[in-house]
Amino acid sequence: MSISVRIPPVLRTQTGGAKLVSVDGASLGAVLTALTAAHPDLREQIFEADGTLRRWVNVYVDGADVRHLAGLETPTQDGIEVVILPAMAGGAPSLFRLR
Amino acid sequence: MRAYARAEAPREACGIIIGSAPAASGGVPLRWIPTTNVLASSTLYEIDSAQLLRISIDADDAGEFIWGIVHSHVASPAVPSITDTSVAGYPDALYLLVSLSPSQTAPGGEPGIRAWWIVDRSATEVRLHLQR
Repeated sequence: MSISVRIPPVLRTQTGGAKLVSVDGASLGAVLTALTAAHPDLREQIFEADGTLRRWVNVYVDGADVRHLAGLETPTQDGIEVVILPAMAGGAPSLFRLR
Repeated sequence: MRAYARAEAPREACGIIIGSAPAASGGVPLRWIPTTNVLASSTLYEIDSAQLLRISIDADDAGEFIWGIVHSHVASPAVPSITDTSVAGYPDALYLLVSLSPSQTAPGGEPGIRAWWIVDRSATEVRLHLQR
């Protein structure tokens, strides 16, 4: 099963300039694990140290934010497209701090 | 950007500037796209993920780039917070902050705007020359 992962310009230095990377995997977690095995510099952009999906990365399966699907458990099929984008977020100085 | 920041207050406003190349590569800013702050907060922002996807893909397909990332601070200076620097994921884009704080007004009474590189959680200010 070949899944196409689209890499945004800001992350292409971590994929040797590649805009599309094809990897295998029956779930989003398997796809992202295969992607980061092939391109280890992407790992800290995508995963927390404990292997969960990083809070400040947006991952989409066929245009849907996986936070609204099943996260890393989201099933993947031939022909789908995965997109990874660093989130755009932050805020003012506050007692409440984002991780 | 200033008008949008005012209109969105007391929530933080946010948006994206598309350019001919990333700001760090000398790109020229082409257009400003206001976006929704899904956190709808006075101290936090996150650009709506569906808008971010559409804007990013459209730009990439057109050979354009994320040039700048804009957000407002409604009561604090136009200086990146620890939250801003810890979350920032676009080291080749300028982070533009619009402050609505009265202490931060630009000449003419407009909200102050300052621009920053945020690389490896460290912010460095860039001098802006704003043209109307």
